[in-house]
Amino acid sequence: MSNETMHQQQKLNPQTPKIIIGMASCGLGAGAKGVMKSVVQELEKQKLEADILSTGCIGICAHEVLVDVIFPGRTRVTYGKVKTTMVPQILEEHGGTGEAVKKFVMAQMYPDDKTVIPYDGLPFFDDMEMNKGQKKYILRNCGYIDPDNIGEYIARGGYTALEKVLKTMTPKAVIDEISKSGLRGRGGGGFPTGEKWASCAKYAADEKFVLCNADEGDPGAFMDRSLLEGDPHAVLEGMIIAGYAIHATSGYFYVRAEYPLAVKRLKHTIEEAGKRGFLGQNILGSGYSLDIYIKEGAGAFVCGESTALQNSIEGKRGMPRTRPPQSVEAGLWDKPTCLNNVETFANVPFIINKGADWFSKTGTEHSKGTKIFSLTGKIKNAGLVEVPMGTTIRQIVFDMGGGIPKKRKFKAVQIGGPSGGSLPESLLDSPIDYESLIEAGAMMGSGSFVVVDDTTCMVELARFFMNFCANESCGKCPPCRVGTTLMLDILTRITMGRGEEKDMEVLGQMCDEIKVMSLCGLGQSAPNPVKSTLRYFRDEYIAHIRDKTCPTATCVALHKYEVTPERCTKCQACIRNCPVKAISGSTTEVAVINKEKCIKCNLCYEKCNFLAIK
Amino acid sequence: MNTNKAVDFSKMEQMLEKYKNARGALIPVLQMVQAEYGYLPEPVIDFISERLHISIHEIIGTATFYAQFHLKPRGQHIIKVCCGTACHVKGATKVLGKISETLEVSTGMTTKDNAFTLEEVACLGACSLAPVMMVDEDLHGKLAPDTVGNVIKEIRETGVSQ
Repeated sequence: MSNETMHQQQKLNPQTPKIIIGMASCGLGAGAKGVMKSVVQELEKQKLEADILSTGCIGICAHEVLVDVIFPGRTRVTYGKVKTTMVPQILEEHGGTGEAVKKFVMAQMYPDDKTVIPYDGLPFFDDMEMNKGQKKYILRNCGYIDPDNIGEYIARGGYTALEKVLKTMTPKAVIDEISKSGLRGRGGGGFPTGEKWASCAKYAADEKFVLCNADEGDPGAFMDRSLLEGDPHAVLEGMIIAGYAIHATSGYFYVRAEYPLAVKRLKHTIEEAGKRGFLGQNILGSGYSLDIYIKEGAGAFVCGESTALQNSIEGKRGMPRTRPPQSVEAGLWDKPTCLNNVETFANVPFIINKGADWFSKTGTEHSKGTKIFSLTGKIKNAGLVEVPMGTTIRQIVFDMGGGIPKKRKFKAVQIGGPSGGSLPESLLDSPIDYESLIEAGAMMGSGSFVVVDDTTCMVELARFFMNFCANESCGKCPPCRVGTTLMLDILTRITMGRGEEKDMEVLGQMCDEIKVMSLCGLGQSAPNPVKSTLRYFRDEYIAHIRDKTCPTATCVALHKYEVTPERCTKCQACIRNCPVKAISGSTTEVAVINKEKCIKCNLCYEKCNFLAIK
Repeated sequence: MNTNKAVDFSKMEQMLEKYKNARGALIPVLQMVQAEYGYLPEPVIDFISERLHISIHEIIGTATFYAQFHLKPRGQHIIKVCCGTACHVKGATKVLGKISETLEVSTGMTTKDNAFTLEEVACLGACSLAPVMMVDEDLHGKLAPDTVGNVIKEIRETGVSQ
């Protein structure tokens, strides 16, 4: 959006500098509130005039708090890792005179038009290593607009897709367009969206529902939260279009209870859209009416499963049911229901505006468009990345992610959370699309991308995921309820040093049984982390079971409390922290642990920064 | 959040009026009750059962299914330590251990002075700041076992989390 349109929409004075602070959850967690406070105070102190605005998440979460400054006539400049102590100088120089404080600047945005003058010597945001190779289609507004201001969304072309659909397209034409684009569900399974809509549209009923699955339960994924916090109108617009296509009479957002800010933003979004006539009775004079409500989840991972989610909306326990009938035929309150994920809906207005042909040029043969991943774990540039389907794991980890911090080595990436799998170094060059991931033993899932380095124990990681699934199993079907618990028992035993030779075989067999016999996706995919670690990191299982050692010294029960001389830097941190003075050593001699005195409290291991104690 | 609030049914009456004939009312009603009282007091459950014509066992069945609902009073501040994947690989277990040690409570318990309740949560969705915790509505990121004690000390002293 050009600055001018932004000013018109917000009735702001274009001659006043703008200070824009990233106020999504990650920004707030990094201290955005404090920065905001100090900006307000400092403006007053310096007697400067500027508009303070807020925005959502731009995806470079590792650099929060982010503050953008727009000086009239100049490009938008982003400051990263802003601390309250940096605020006075930024405001005085940049806000006051228009001169960017170069030492704090991360990047500047490309100018929207020729009248805007860029700064010399500052890198452009889109040219940064972490942004090259990304295609920000769906995240285009996140971190750029104020999500609470519908005017800014409209100024960036918002709701034009809805208008086009309602005024020029039949529901069938909409479905055909989405089918042609090749869009597949972004929530995990990858079911073709157009096909789902078509099968829902063919059932006639007095009531039909369109649901948005915003129950992002995968621990390690946060792209849906960022979309809802950063560009909620795009999701809503996609949902209204879906509603029109399937003849829905009302709709629900099902949002996780742990996302209070997203809920707040959505409530406001729905109100604003209603006021402008994009929602409610007779939308834009088309004769189509749709009301959308918010249901807050109450903390259950299984509610991400479609039938469980519907039960939860109905006010019951969130347990899945057997299918058929499919939800498209008899879903919420036994009425035809179409459920899509947040990111899927966010794709819809984009496809309508750009056209299916244009959209399907991005991606691979069977996976079209882009996918947002939340890149976390042992990675330098943690945050959100949006990449074309078919991008390799290596590009995401090393180019956009910046590689592994602390000079450690890449070991694996867990894609798809507790339903996915851990992929090793040998698969770094495999492309990311629905089919390739399943073949490799992982799955797209919702898009969590957790990188682990050579200090992470893969057996322990598998145990962690199994613990999660066993806790979150709803208890309805025995293969999942009992199976996950039994597998957890075995994995726990192995990490405690009580593994038996036959365990690997038993685990492998249970993986297959639970997958085949479980009622819903939770149980069917729960064995994936174990299966993939057994496949790619079998040697770690063997080390735990046969040699009773943990190669990464993660499993506390297997610690021998010995010092690895090559790793010891003689810093003496362990010596200082040992409560029973069992460690000797000096600045010239490596530490030695006296096993007779050692009480195995594990403090030395925790205090050692060099992993010299195992 | 006052945990010793006497049950004021007149307020409940108003709250329930809106949901009398609504479909799927139980969970939003329980959420409202919990927001008001901090937990689900027994008399209120009886009251809801009567007004919404839902059996007590169904209410308890639903309430205990979801991690969000609590049948016992909780402390003034709720500490939710994130135990998601990103936090886990970045040492959430140690952070949790340290908080538990500092407050002298185990997960799910409330301190003797009723100031804090310590809880584990599956994921807060702030993975890039891992390990993280939420105190009441405020997110604290990039925690370390060495520094997490200070956060708690500050809340104890000032009564709010910053």
